Amino acid sequence: MRSLHRFLSLVALALIGTCVLRARAADFSLPTLTPEELVKALQAPKGPKPLLFQVGSHMLYVQAHIPGSEYLGAGSTEVGIRNLRQRAQRLPKNAAIVLYCGCCPWSHCPNLNPAYDALRQMGFTKVKVLYLANNFGADWVDKGYPLAKGE
Amino acid sequence: MKKSLFLLVVVAALLAWLALRRPSAPRAGGVGELRPAPDFSLTDLAGRKLRLSDYRGQVVLLDFWASWCDPCKREIPHFVEMQNRYGPQGLQVVGISMDDDEKLAREFQEQFKMNYPVAMGSAQLANQYGGILGLPITYLIDRQGRIAAWHVGATEAEVFEAEIRKLLASTPVP
Repeated sequence: MRSLHRFLSLVALALIGTCVLRARAADFSLPTLTPEELVKALQAPKGPKPLLFQVGSHMLYVQAHIPGSEYLGAGSTEVGIRNLRQRAQRLPKNAAIVLYCGCCPWSHCPNLNPAYDALRQMGFTKVKVLYLANNFGADWVDKGYPLAKGE
Repeated sequence: MKKSLFLLVVVAALLAWLALRRPSAPRAGGVGELRPAPDFSLTDLAGRKLRLSDYRGQVVLLDFWASWCDPCKREIPHFVEMQNRYGPQGLQVVGISMDDDEKLAREFQEQFKMNYPVAMGSAQLANQYGGILGLPITYLIDRQGRIAAWHVGATEAEVFEAEIRKLLASTPVP
């Protein structure tokens, strides 16, 4: 009986350890906001709205994007980072900016980290990243949040 | 005391597991829809005509991918292998790159030695398939040209293989 307890405890501890590691892999250490929080902020009658930059693929943007968001190019490419820097150049450093992608599951996105780092290096202090766990389709479009299409 | 500590650890583990389970994906895919796969006519990266309906009578694995997509990189070597293994029995893998830049798709095709036709996708084609709003997305199309299953996100090769074998076992179109 005691050995069974010991075995189950070990299994449980291993499970906790795995969960902790998975949580770390997924969080990216980026300041995030959820789709619900963003929609609330965008629909609030008062207060400044954040600037929305899509830093994923153009193919995705053309199919569906958040109304008012600007396509700047994939954050994993030189062109994307150059566009982002140019766009941000004239903005005040305390401008509220939300970056989003949604090309693939959160922990596999190649675009968000470089885009976030670029803005932080430029001295921007209010940059957040939209947390889309699976992809833009599942976590934004299918939830019925506001949508725009085209260039 | 020891017993309550043990219970605490077990409960904590269960809660952690519940909290961090893979998030549910409404676009996680499905099986058995059997709706006609939208036809398309493209030119593949080798300059050949690629029309989906030309593969009627074969089982088609239609993969939407991109060179920057990590889960795609994990799946594609399996598709290359499946084309080799099941091609003689009637499987045809077709790749649609959702890259913005064709050069990247070409480099990837070469690097991964993709042994099946690959064409560049478009927003229009994506819309025909209900929107390709996340990658990878893979459709399995039966010998009658109907979507028999689809998967969103990285999927185990064994899952594809089981579905392919089942579809290949169905009667070929005369």
